[in-house]
Amino acid sequence: MPKIYVDGKECEAAEGQNLLEACLGLGFDLPYFCWHPAMRSVGACRQCAVKEFKDENDARGRIVMACMTPVTEGARISIDDPEARAFRAGVIEWLMASHPHDCPVCDEGGECHLQDMTVMAGHVYRRHRFGKRTYRNQDLGPFVNHEMNRCIQCYRCVRFYCDYAGGRDLSVFASRDSVYFGRSEDGTLESEFSGNLVEVCPTGVFTDKTLKKHYTRKWDLQAAPSICVHCGLGCNTTPGERYGRLRRIRNRYNGSVNGYFLCDRGRFGYEFVNGDKRIRRPVLRERPGEEEQIDAGEAIRRASLMLGDGKRVMAIGSPRASLESNFALRELAGPENFFSGLPDNEHKLLRLVLDILKGGPARSPSLSEVGRADAVLILGEDVTNTAPVEALMLRQAARKRPVEKAVSRKIPEWDASAIKTAIQNEKEPFHVAAPFATKLDEAAKAVYHAPPEDIARLGNAIAHELDRDAPSPEGLEGRIAQLAKDIAEDLKDAKSPIIVSGVSLSEAVVKAAANVAWALEAIGKKAALSYIVPECNSTGLALMGGKSLDDALKAAAHGGFDTLVILENDLFTRAGKEEVEVFFECFENIIAIDHTATRTTSAAGLVFPAAAFAEGTGTLVNSEGRAQRFFKVFDPEGDIAEGWRWLGRIMEESGAGTAWSNIDEVLESMASEVPELQEAIDAAPSAGLRMAGQKVARAPQRFSGRTAIHAGRSVIEPRPPEDPDSPLSFSMEGFQPKGLGKEPPPELIPQFWSPGWNSPQAVIRFQDGTNGGLRGNDPGVRLINPAEAMPGYFREVPGPFRPRKGEWLVIPVYHIFGSEELNALSPPVAGLIPRPYIGLNPEDAVKLEAPPGEEVALKAGGLHLKLPARHMPGLPEGVAALPVLPGVERLRLPQWGVVARPKESAA
Amino acid sequence: MLSLFKTAWGVFLRAFEKRVTVSYPEERPYLAPRFRGRIILSRDPDGGERCVACYLCAAACPVDCIALDAAETEDGRRYPSFFRINFSRCIFCGYCEEACPTYAIQLTPDFEMSEYARQSLVYEKEDLLISGTGKYPDYNFYRVAGLAIKGKDKGEAENETPPVDIRGLMP
Repeated sequence: MPKIYVDGKECEAAEGQNLLEACLGLGFDLPYFCWHPAMRSVGACRQCAVKEFKDENDARGRIVMACMTPVTEGARISIDDPEARAFRAGVIEWLMASHPHDCPVCDEGGECHLQDMTVMAGHVYRRHRFGKRTYRNQDLGPFVNHEMNRCIQCYRCVRFYCDYAGGRDLSVFASRDSVYFGRSEDGTLESEFSGNLVEVCPTGVFTDKTLKKHYTRKWDLQAAPSICVHCGLGCNTTPGERYGRLRRIRNRYNGSVNGYFLCDRGRFGYEFVNGDKRIRRPVLRERPGEEEQIDAGEAIRRASLMLGDGKRVMAIGSPRASLESNFALRELAGPENFFSGLPDNEHKLLRLVLDILKGGPARSPSLSEVGRADAVLILGEDVTNTAPVEALMLRQAARKRPVEKAVSRKIPEWDASAIKTAIQNEKEPFHVAAPFATKLDEAAKAVYHAPPEDIARLGNAIAHELDRDAPSPEGLEGRIAQLAKDIAEDLKDAKSPIIVSGVSLSEAVVKAAANVAWALEAIGKKAALSYIVPECNSTGLALMGGKSLDDALKAAAHGGFDTLVILENDLFTRAGKEEVEVFFECFENIIAIDHTATRTTSAAGLVFPAAAFAEGTGTLVNSEGRAQRFFKVFDPEGDIAEGWRWLGRIMEESGAGTAWSNIDEVLESMASEVPELQEAIDAAPSAGLRMAGQKVARAPQRFSGRTAIHAGRSVIEPRPPEDPDSPLSFSMEGFQPKGLGKEPPPELIPQFWSPGWNSPQAVIRFQDGTNGGLRGNDPGVRLINPAEAMPGYFREVPGPFRPRKGEWLVIPVYHIFGSEELNALSPPVAGLIPRPYIGLNPEDAVKLEAPPGEEVALKAGGLHLKLPARHMPGLPEGVAALPVLPGVERLRLPQWGVVARPKESAA
Repeated sequence: MLSLFKTAWGVFLRAFEKRVTVSYPEERPYLAPRFRGRIILSRDPDGGERCVACYLCAAACPVDCIALDAAETEDGRRYPSFFRINFSRCIFCGYCEEACPTYAIQLTPDFEMSEYARQSLVYEKEDLLISGTGKYPDYNFYRVAGLAIKGKDKGEAENETPPVDIRGLMP
């Protein structure tokens, strides 16, 4: 490691860094704008000037830009040098010459990188006597607000949006001192990652439009570490609350998971927590249509009557409820009566994925490992829509090998614009096989659009090319065989290849992906195998065991059950309407525990208000198999409590045990009952932890209004709520994490803040060196680890897809907005949910005489749907696509169905 | 003995001196305009609410006795949907006035706020908002700030040039 001298102090810097990264990593304060830890340097803002000296005798030195100067052995620099200081103060004075004097009404204020840097550089007064340049703003859709006057031309937005996230509709316009960042015309930003502009922009040009509607400053937000619940990736988030309402979601850096970025579904899907469909008190429904709110004690008494006295209980868990809640339910009903609540196909696929990841040598990669892969094969998954942040990571992987090549030509890795110029349009081995055109196609070297069977056949052909022991599909087309050979070559060449698949299509695809990964392992390559799962705790639920919803339907039809308990699950989104209604008829009593009113809760006789993710504490397991804890952000109004807490109280009342007093007790009993989940207890420190004798404060130290918030109701100040489940306090009183070592374990850092660093950039004060993991290990503990031994390949390979006359294979299509139940309830997202449609191959559509928008009828699985047709490029002939959206009845897909013009079907 | 008379004489002479005691409330003391008494919220010269709900007063308050919540009018002006000061906690330090970037919150020379019930010392926005400009008659934040609101477009604030034509080709 090279030694450098900063203001005469000897320090150790990491190899391959630039001086700015080294200085920040060492804890020095050096102002900067255009550098970003994920996007590295371009040298556009000239703010990070330092003085560099030739040797110890050089007293004069010269000014260099720290972000564009590599770290060299024995480099001597000065941050404090008066000339360097004056230079930086001058630069910021120029940048501020046209700044619009609107901090009081700017949503960035209080967490503004420009404010921080202005204070750091010491600029206080505008001396420029001439006018300020102004711009008109654009309407960028429901997520991002635009205020161009605040721009300082650092180029971070377009570098993130276009270069990092692959967006096309944000660009730089005009020239000289009137450079403009926006779209060519008003309109919603197309990228799924547009929300990150809010954090990437160092000033208030791009701000959170959903926060603007209920604006609160960062210092007034009560926060706690949390996990995103809108897909299976488990990105780390920081939700902020004020006056009992969730105000916004911010990214929480986790070096092994989401890094610096979130997707728009995760960032803006939170408003279901404030929704008017929330259940806040227990509801009793003795006769249909009659409902009354009852108090918690009464509800628990009634529930215990429904469950006690030899009553047979069936319990249905949920992939969107925490491990603890699912476990409590399993305890209540007994493992033999615990059902996952997932339809048969999904349930089996999730079990299969677990068996593959635990029984084979291929490792499930963390998201950051996905970003570091140097060859990618996607089999049958539209990653951008089912696991958006993974798609963002895959885009980074797509640049991995071209970047390495540029680095081998002696271009430093941090020199972003030189790297960009060097790699031009070069693509790395990145292959996509999907049933229709996906957004990642543009990053791919080869794209293969085919029905699920053929995708599975391609996968097996690749596996066979890699290892002759792997089964080979029979009668493969020459073109496909060549493609398989090319892909196999690319995977063989790679150092860290990755296979991405998921549970959205079929068993054959999942197995084919495993075969490819295992074939790579068989020839001595370390292959990563990433399966995308649909919901935040799908993996956790699969680890918990239980049977499928179809098994539950069958068991109930046999009779013998008295009471049904459903935990945070809307069965109408899992199975057909009639099936579920018949199922509900089989029970005398139905108890539902959920946070939002659904068709299922309105069929239940007794409803308990469950905590949404920001109102409770629990553990989720993501698709990697990483158990991560989310903490209660605020104490909600009403009787809202976590599912496991309600279930514990009910069990105590019915004499089946004593209620758990905190989450650690639940985790302990879970560890003894379900050995596979034993390590989930290590996902975060136990509630007993104290920092310097105190709990960690959820609220920032400058949290305001403590003696006035409740004064409207009573001037007598209430004591803050207690939290038995975590070492966090509901107050600004307690231990305040400040970074640079003065912080609790990273699982417990409510917000990143450090003296002088109020913006999201403060995370550099909590990292183990610039771009490193969080100091003291990234949060989360892996519950799934690969086996040493090589299992046998899956031998059965499906035959080729043959279109049927008059019939279509209906496959599901997922949309980032709407395909997951909870984000669809968030008003800003709701406007972007596509209207339901039936997707057809353009040629099929012509044959059917169904131009786009024309209504067509789909008959499948006993269901008749009439929806407008949409022409989907890439969708193979004989395949129809049905989107998973609210308002579209659920079918078990893929399955065969008939698509026709409505008139014909009527005839 | 002599000292006794001396003291009595002294006291007697005092009876003819000018009185120090002010017979409040019949007689009122002079309070400077900068006196730090009851807090008010003022309006700008056009009659609009000056407070833009920036939360700086609440952040500056050492006893945390100010609570508010921001909202926005259709004109694009931000305002507090509620604004509460708990005067039973207020120490009249004036930090809120110093922090206020729009001259909205001001301390006035009024200290007559005694109440029998502490709850009556909790002032809501309707108790705080006055109809005038207070100590600063001319200042209007939106005329200075670059944010466009209804009636004031981009480029019309103090010191601003007209908006840039980003499609222009002139050098």
